[in-house]
Amino acid sequence: MTSLARTFSMRTILMLVYAFLYIPIAVLVVLSFNEGGLPTAWSGFSLKWYISLAGNAAILSAALNTLIVALVSTAIATLLGTLLAIGVEMRRHYGKGLEALIFAPMIIPDIVLAIALLSFFSMINLTMGLHTIILAHVVFNLAFVCSVVRARLKSFDWSIVEASADLGASAITTFRRITLPVILPAVIAGALLAFTLSVDEFIIAFFTAGAGRASTTLPMQIYAMIRFGITPEINALATIVMAVSIAALTLSQRLNRGVIGQ
Amino acid sequence: MAPALVWLTALMVVPCALVLALAFFRRGIYGGIDYTFTLENFGLVFDPLYAGIFLKSARIAGTATLIAVVIGYAAAYATAAAPRRWQPIFLFFAVLPFWSNYLIRTYAWIVLLNREGLVTQLLRWFGYTGEPPSMLYTEGAVIAGLVYNYLPFVILACYAPLSRLNPELAEASRDLGASAMTTFRRVILPLTVPGIAAGAVFVFVLSIGNFVTPALLGGGRFQMIGNLVYDQFLTANDWPFGAALAMALIAIMLLVLMAQALAADRAAGRAAEVKADG
Repeated sequence: MTSLARTFSMRTILMLVYAFLYIPIAVLVVLSFNEGGLPTAWSGFSLKWYISLAGNAAILSAALNTLIVALVSTAIATLLGTLLAIGVEMRRHYGKGLEALIFAPMIIPDIVLAIALLSFFSMINLTMGLHTIILAHVVFNLAFVCSVVRARLKSFDWSIVEASADLGASAITTFRRITLPVILPAVIAGALLAFTLSVDEFIIAFFTAGAGRASTTLPMQIYAMIRFGITPEINALATIVMAVSIAALTLSQRLNRGVIGQ
Repeated sequence: MAPALVWLTALMVVPCALVLALAFFRRGIYGGIDYTFTLENFGLVFDPLYAGIFLKSARIAGTATLIAVVIGYAAAYATAAAPRRWQPIFLFFAVLPFWSNYLIRTYAWIVLLNREGLVTQLLRWFGYTGEPPSMLYTEGAVIAGLVYNYLPFVILACYAPLSRLNPELAEASRDLGASAMTTFRRVILPLTVPGIAAGAVFVFVLSIGNFVTPALLGGGRFQMIGNLVYDQFLTANDWPFGAALAMALIAIMLLVLMAQALAADRAAGRAAEVKADG
């Protein structure tokens, strides 16, 4: 193959793959602005589906629930995950069991963790609601925060922490003045990642939300709407949710270039 | 680090151990749990009815994995062949959709494939006048949804070894008279097996236990293992059997991960061979 033909075929492959990845999403976004709302015909640009979303009480309360769950679980997970990362990296020699324990929440199938938590909560007679979703989300969120912060700490020179202690700084001062500034970008990136994962998480929330509509989160609401059928409102909601999570992730990547991709 | 470890133990290790224990008990008469030891639940997993669902899940996950690996490898190869400064940008846009909501990405396929969806509209536009084809609520739709959702990860996994490939190896192979195809098959492909294996395992493991995609794109009666587990816990109320199914799922997952580790080991051996030969 000549190099020109080769370049051409490589470009074609990339274009086809991008078309496959982006056309389905683009269709949703375009339809969300379609006056008629149906994929059959374009009847003019309109924001009416966004306006109708703003008046939908069920969606608004689900969005509020999602925000509460995501903020609280991210805050707890960021604190615990960061401390765990520092603890593990400082020791350096740690057992395989510990490594597996930290890695497990990231690979265990959602459905398994979901039924395990449902069984556990009902066994100890804990009434389920937003608080149980938060407890559950912290499990996988703290593992992700921990792995992002650990990646940053791999290149950290621990001798400066010792130097700081030798020079008379307290453990808290050393953390505040030395360790924290170094890991801060990773901590923020980890928090943004956790926030996005929590906002998007459906299965575990679905199983640990308990009965009743009071603790319905946004993905649960979206799932119910999708099962009910295609409504133009979902297109508008989908566009907003996608914009928010992509913005958060792009910000996270910028703050912590390279770490998440690994 | 203690609080984090307590959290993981209390809310992951203990609940998972509980599910494992549940699998050895009997279902109570009114849907509760009867605490007498039994192996019945594991026997039931091998009942032709349920074993059939396992096989079907494995077939669907396997097909989705194969398609995702072929497309993903081609995309990763094309990305790695692009000018260096463009590669991070190409990669970023390949992975970006992965960060949007899973339900929404799946829903997009309902919009495309339903009877009056975009695909039908396109066919009409090209002059098709017959009945709209039924594409949604089929096994094909489920496979398409799985490939679509997990493709970005395969691209990422395959790109890593492809971008680290020493171009001199391929050149040497060509100089020694090997065709482009032979060079790819004997030099490039073996060196990138770890990436392929990582991507394939990811797609397979997430697909075989998937519950959302079959529920949304396969229709109400379409069942994979994930849906079966869901039913035992939320509708059939047979938690011990649901727990046994979940444990079988974990067992399959561990087997696949072990196979991957083995493949990666062998590939490392082969890579050393190629280097020694060169």
